[in-house]
Amino acid sequence: MKRWLSVLRTPLGLTASVLSAGVLVLAVLAPILWTDDANAVDTGNILAGPSADHWAGTDNLGRDIFYRTLVATRLSVELALAATAVAVVVGLLLGTASFLLGRRIGRLVNAAVNIAVAFPGILLALFFAVIFGVGATGAVFAIGLAGAPAFGRLTQTLVASVGARDYVSAARVAGVGRVRLLFRHVLPNVSEPLVVNATIGAGGALLSFAGLSFLGLGVQQPHYDWGRLLYDGISSIYVNPYAALAPGAAVIVAGLAFNLFGESVAKALGVGVVGGVPALPPSPDALEVEERPAERHHDHDDVVLDVRDLTVTFPGPEGPIHPVRGISFAVRRGEAVGVVGESGSGKSLTALAVSRLVGDPGRVEASRLELLGADLRASDTRAQRHLLGTSLSMVFQDPMTSFNPTQRMGGQLAEVARHHQGLGRRAALARAVDRLRSVRITDPEHRAHQYPHEFSGGMRQRAMIGMGLMGTPALIVADEPTTALDVTVQQQVLDLLTSIRAAEDVALVLISHDVTVVGEVCDRVLVMYAGTIVEDLPAADLAASARHPYTRALLAAVPDMHTDLDAPLATVPGRPVDPADVPVGCAFAARCPLATDRCLAEQPPLETDAAGLRVACWHAGEPIDIAIQDREQVDAR
Amino acid sequence: MTHPMRELRFEDVTVRYGHTTAVDGVSLTVPAGHVVGLVGESGSGKSTLARAAVGLAPMHGGRILLDGEPVPTRGRNRPLQMVFQDPYSSLDPRMSIGESVAEAIPPGASRADRRAEVGRLLELVHLDPARAAARPSELSGGQRQRVALARALAGRPAVVIADEITSALDVSIQGAVLNLVRELQRELGLSMLFISHNLAVVRYVATHVAVMHHGRIVEEGPTAQVLAAPDHDYTRELLAAVPGTQHTKGSPR
Ligand SMILES: Nc1ncnc2c1ncn2[C@@H]1O[C@H](COP(=O)(O)OP(=O)(O)O)[C@@H](O)[C@H]1O
Ligand code: SF4
Ligand SMILES: [Mg+2]
Repeated sequence: MKRWLSVLRTPLGLTASVLSAGVLVLAVLAPILWTDDANAVDTGNILAGPSADHWAGTDNLGRDIFYRTLVATRLSVELALAATAVAVVVGLLLGTASFLLGRRIGRLVNAAVNIAVAFPGILLALFFAVIFGVGATGAVFAIGLAGAPAFGRLTQTLVASVGARDYVSAARVAGVGRVRLLFRHVLPNVSEPLVVNATIGAGGALLSFAGLSFLGLGVQQPHYDWGRLLYDGISSIYVNPYAALAPGAAVIVAGLAFNLFGESVAKALGVGVVGGVPALPPSPDALEVEERPAERHHDHDDVVLDVRDLTVTFPGPEGPIHPVRGISFAVRRGEAVGVVGESGSGKSLTALAVSRLVGDPGRVEASRLELLGADLRASDTRAQRHLLGTSLSMVFQDPMTSFNPTQRMGGQLAEVARHHQGLGRRAALARAVDRLRSVRITDPEHRAHQYPHEFSGGMRQRAMIGMGLMGTPALIVADEPTTALDVTVQQQVLDLLTSIRAAEDVALVLISHDVTVVGEVCDRVLVMYAGTIVEDLPAADLAASARHPYTRALLAAVPDMHTDLDAPLATVPGRPVDPADVPVGCAFAARCPLATDRCLAEQPPLETDAAGLRVACWHAGEPIDIAIQDREQVDAR
Repeated sequence: MTHPMRELRFEDVTVRYGHTTAVDGVSLTVPAGHVVGLVGESGSGKSTLARAAVGLAPMHGGRILLDGEPVPTRGRNRPLQMVFQDPYSSLDPRMSIGESVAEAIPPGASRADRRAEVGRLLELVHLDPARAAARPSELSGGQRQRVALARALAGRPAVVIADEITSALDVSIQGAVLNLVRELQRELGLSMLFISHNLAVVRYVATHVAVMHHGRIVEEGPTAQVLAAPDHDYTRELLAAVPGTQHTKGSPR
């Protein structure tokens, strides 16, 4: 609900909402207040122009056009809503047919829907008007049925996409019937876009209805809607133009109001939530990358990304919380830096902060935050968006929410190149196919024509990496890009990132919960715990150089080819720190086998040693009796 | 509660999507009460084979048998259950975890019985039954995967297919979930097909292993034997790709 209310925050959304509400109020009140005025016949004042008594003049019986236009609001809106209801109901039946009736019948229905969608709506409406006969009922069905195929196709695409989610499959495997699946799992999860599109459809239906009535195929005398008034007004347009203009304006205002309202809601709901943290959606500008700006070649500074004392703050029920608490690091040109840590340790927020994707109500603060020497803390200017859009490429964790389920994969990748590199349609698509091939998607020409739900999870993930590589970035920030991939492909993808890094001198920030993945690709590893960096060490020989107890525990929790098969696996006992409740002293103390009184009282600073390695621990490198960890199989998670 | 051990057998199973043959004449047996690991790269057809067994992928040839009888893929009796890879997408975000688990309990039980059963299942996977009303969004990845396990066990299956159930989880939780899988399998005497890309993980949970490549099983046998003396090139490639093997592994201390 909160997300729906955010519609009101944009000026356009607010205007559209107020207008729509106004139209609805008028539809309810106008006939109650002004029916008598609208029907009052004034034979002495026929076809008069505007006057103080009759603001929009009178019709051929001397009735006041202004009042008639107001009163007609109810019928016009009612009919539009009725037609929309027909479109929605029939569209839902069509769109869910393949889900309910199985592949074969579904395919027939879908083919029919696709043909019907391609058919001009107004022709369909005219066709139905002839079948159902001239009159309001016929027109309602005509417009409703004409709108149904488009709604049906939307429903079908959305249902196919949600129907392919694992939770629907899981319920299916548990023996849940199709009807219950549809009503419990599928429809609730597609309702938002459907409601939005029905609202937009209502605006369209209003216009179509006015059109039909205007053609004399809709509402008949003595009833009148806006289209009917328009029809009557046009015949006397030379005598009194306002007789046609008043209902015409009403149609346009009301139609626009519904349309814009729907669009603004769509926009507001489109603002996704990344990992439970409010953030802006990856806008195409921020996501993708084009040629590097020329000035980069004159920039001799070796540091691509420089971050000092980065803090991310969110308001919480008991005061502000700090999921990222003052971290500092730099990434040099061509360098690969890994960031590891459990979920919730602040890895993704750090990436989002760097890309300026932390949205309201989150706050990003830093004493320095520079990309290629440009201050990212400055206000959101066009130049800055350009810099981010051209120099930084983000690859996200969740491939499903990063693609539009209603568009073909090839088109979505190509869009990036068209937008940022000004490539033509053909060239962009060719590059998209090339990138799909480069992320080891077999038969990319064919795959480019498929929709996201036709890709397996691993393939979607690879396609997204391909999308991040449509341009030639200076820094790639990849947030868990290979988590869902199998090792051999993981290796290929990481090899791909590595080769791009070498060829183009691109820096890489690779975020992963998997220490071993990071260890193999990166030069350096940052270990994060509870929003801070606890260790910064070379990736070459992690097991030997790790000194922080947390880093060592992470390394020990991965089974390898020598793990003892008879003992339970070592786990990191306890649970990660809740950012709303960070303990004093060392945040890891509750889970640490080396913790002493000092650890509970004082937070260890991140100290840099002579070799440039950093670690934050009072007892760094002291031996741990691994048996303690094995015994502690209490695992509260 | 008895979960009778049963044998799952794939006989010459073929699955096609359009012109792509995802699974190509696969025969594989999961002996009663055993865990068979299935490894192979992404797109090799592992998930498709699993989905065919539970009726989520269309079969174009072959049979899938439970103790010699075709596996039922319709109706409420589902002796074969599956746990999915991604615990973030396998739970309906609009349902409480209790509802998700309850939905998989065979119908016929009273309301109170169902509630008690949900509590029992959550306890079985080491979750606090008091959290039954929580939404998936309030849970960590590891907790969600426990819920998914509880849901799979709700139908009292004889065989469970686990498709990459730890690969979306934090390393720190992975071990805990694997420990739980081993514990449940032994306690309940389940037969299990355990799909993973990580040979080190398969080595830890499975007594037998089958290697899948381009829709076919290219190698199969007792885990220790296959890992010690791989026959097929692809198996060797997989072994080389096990995380960490490229580096001289020091002791974790
Ligand atoms: N719903 C689907 N429609 C079309 N092709 C599919 C579908 N699901 C899987 N495939 C194809 O089947 C092949 C095997 O995929 P999958 O079983 O998911 O691999 P794995 O589990 O080994 O990663 C892939 O090439 C994929 O393209
Ligand atoms: S400071 Fe103390 S509690 Fe924190 S990691 Fe080091 S030894 Fe453990
Ligand atoms: Mg798979």
